[in-house]
Amino acid sequence: MQPHWLVRPRTIRLLWMLFALVLALTVGAEFFVSESAHEGLAHTFGFGAWYGFGACTALILFARLIGMFLKRPDNYYDTGDD
Amino acid sequence: MIELMHPGLLLVAAGVALAPLRGRARAALTLLAPAVAVALVLALPEGQIWAGSFLGYPIVPFAVDRLSRLFALVFAVMAFGGGLFALKQASRVELPAAFVYAGSAIGVTLAGDLLTVFVFWELMAVGSTLVIWSAGTKDAYRASMRYAMVHLAGGVVLMAGIVGHVAATGSTGFGRMALDSPAQWLILFGFLVNAGAPPLSAWLPDAYPEASWSGTVFLSAFTTKTAVYVLLRGFPGTELLVFVGLVMVFYGIVYALLENDMRRILAYSIVNQVGFMLVGIGIGTQLSLNGAAAHAFTHILYKALLLMSAGAVLYETGRRKCTDLGGLFRTMPLTMVCGTIGALSISAFPLTSGFVSKSMVAKAALDGHLEVVFLLLTAASAGVFLHAGIKFPWFVFFQKDSGLRPPDPPWSQRLAMLLFAALCVGLGVFYEPLYRLLPFPVDFVPYTGAHVVGMLQLLLFSGLAFFVMLPLLKRTLTITLDTDWFYRRLGPVLVSGLESMIVAGDRFVRRAALGTVRAGLRAVTSAFGERGRLARATSTAGMVTWVVVLLTLYLLFYYASQR
Repeated sequence: MQPHWLVRPRTIRLLWMLFALVLALTVGAEFFVSESAHEGLAHTFGFGAWYGFGACTALILFARLIGMFLKRPDNYYDTGDD
Repeated sequence: MIELMHPGLLLVAAGVALAPLRGRARAALTLLAPAVAVALVLALPEGQIWAGSFLGYPIVPFAVDRLSRLFALVFAVMAFGGGLFALKQASRVELPAAFVYAGSAIGVTLAGDLLTVFVFWELMAVGSTLVIWSAGTKDAYRASMRYAMVHLAGGVVLMAGIVGHVAATGSTGFGRMALDSPAQWLILFGFLVNAGAPPLSAWLPDAYPEASWSGTVFLSAFTTKTAVYVLLRGFPGTELLVFVGLVMVFYGIVYALLENDMRRILAYSIVNQVGFMLVGIGIGTQLSLNGAAAHAFTHILYKALLLMSAGAVLYETGRRKCTDLGGLFRTMPLTMVCGTIGALSISAFPLTSGFVSKSMVAKAALDGHLEVVFLLLTAASAGVFLHAGIKFPWFVFFQKDSGLRPPDPPWSQRLAMLLFAALCVGLGVFYEPLYRLLPFPVDFVPYTGAHVVGMLQLLLFSGLAFFVMLPLLKRTLTITLDTDWFYRRLGPVLVSGLESMIVAGDRFVRRAALGTVRAGLRAVTSAFGERGRLARATSTAGMVTWVVVLLTLYLLFYYASQR
C-alpha cells in the first residue's frame, strides 16, 4: 500500500524546500517594513531569525543538560502496592 | 432584578442540581447554566451589588468592575465550552464538581472583600480536587490527595495572611497591597501557590494530567487564572513578580521539552504561560497590566482547545504518551487542525489570539527600558513555539506512524473544539472587542509590519531549530524530577528514618527505665524481703542486750554532759 501522500519522501523534500523559501522570505521582508523604534540587540538585522534559532538551540541543549541529572524511568514513583 | 443573580453561585447551584440528573435534562442544564452565566456577566452593572457584614466586618460578596467582568466572562465561557466537551463524560461526579469549581472561580472574581475571596478560594480547591478524583483511577486518587494537601496548605497561609491583614488595618477590603507587613507576604504566598509559582509549582504537572479526558480541560482554566486575577488586583507593580514570572517561563519550557506525557507537556506550558502574566503584573504599567489580563483571557481559550484535542486523543486511543502516539493526522483530521490552531495561538502566531495579547507584555517591557526582561521574554516566546507550538502537534499527530487509526471524537467534542478554535482565530483577527474589555484604555496596535515580520522570523526559525535538532528531542519513557520529589520521595524516606530512630530511642528508654525499676526492686527485696535484714526473726535476749547497751551509753553521755 502506498504510504499517505504527506509522509512520502518526495513530499517531505518538497516541504523542506518550501520551508526554506518561507524562511528566506520572512528575513527578506525586513527590508520592506518600516524601521521600528527598538534600540540595542532588538534593532539588529534579522533579530527574530538569529535570536529565535539561537534561543531554541540553547534551550534544547540546556534541557538535555538538566535531563542528564533529573530524568528517571516513568515508573519511578510507582509504589507497587496496587 | 438582575442584582439577585450571582453568576458564580448560579453555576455552583447548577453543579449541585446536575448531580442527580441524567440524559437530556443533564445535557440541557450543562449548556444552559453557563450560557445564562455569560449573559449575566455581560449585563451586570458596575459597582457593589451585595453588601453586608460578617462578625462585625463589612463584606461585599458581589461587586463588579472592568477587571472582574473580564475574568468572570472568560470563566463562564470556559464553563460552557468545557461542559459541551464533557457531555459524553460517564463519571457522574466530574461535571457537577467542575461546575462548583467554575462557579467558585467566578465567585472569587466578583468578590469585593478578602473574606469572600477566601471562601470561594477554598470551595475552588474542593471542586477541583473532586474533578481530579472523579477520573476514578488509583493514580488520580493519589494525585488528587497530593493536590488537596498543597492547596489546603496554601489556603491556611492565605487565611493567616487575611486575618493578620484585617487585624492590622481593620479593613476587609480587597485592594492594592504594598507588601509592607508579614500578613501581606502571607497573602502573596497563598496567591502564588495557586499560580503554580516555584517552589511549589510541581503540584500542577503532577495533578492535572491525572484527571479524565474532559477533567483536565476544566482544570487548566480556573485555579491558575484566578491567581492571576487576585495578583492583578492585589499586587500590581510588585517587582518580585517579574523574577518569579521569568523563572516560571523557563521552568515550563525546559520541563515540557523533557516530558513524554502529552497532557503533562501542556500542564508545564500552563506554568510557562502564567509566568508571562506574572511578568506583566510585576512590570505594573497600564500596558503590561492590560497585557497580563488579555493574555489570561486568550490563554484560557487556547489552552482549553489544546487540552480538548489531547483529551479527544486520549478518549479515542486511551493513550497519553508521545512514545505511544504519532501519525494520528490520517484519521483525526479535525482534532489535528483544532489542536494546531491552539498550538499556533499559544505560540502567538499572527492572526491568532496569542499574538494580540502576548505582545502587549513584551512591548511594555521594551517601553519600560527593561531590555533584559524583553530579551528573556522573546527567548521564551521562541521556546513556547518549541515545546507547545510544534512539539505537541508533531509528536501526537505526525512523528512516526503508531499504527493507531482512531476516528475523530463524538460530535459534542468536535463542536467544543470548533467553537474554541473559532474564538482563538476570531480574537486574533477581531481583537477590538477584547481590547475594549481590558481594565485600562488601550493604545496598542498589534499588527505593525515590523512586529509581524519579527514574530514570524522568531517562530519560523524556532521551527527550524526544532526540526534540525529533532534527534535531541526524541521521546524517552522518562519523567523529570521536580520539587514534588521532596514530598513524594524524601518526605517518606525521612519519615520512615525518623520512625526507626523513634523506635530505637523508645527501646533504649524503656530498657533503661526497666533496669532502674529492677535494680530498685532488688534493693528493696534485699532489705525488706522475707530473707531481708529487716525481716529476719531476732531473739529476745539479743534485744535486751541492745537495750542495756543503749541505756549504758545514755548514762555515760548524761554524766559527761553534767560535768
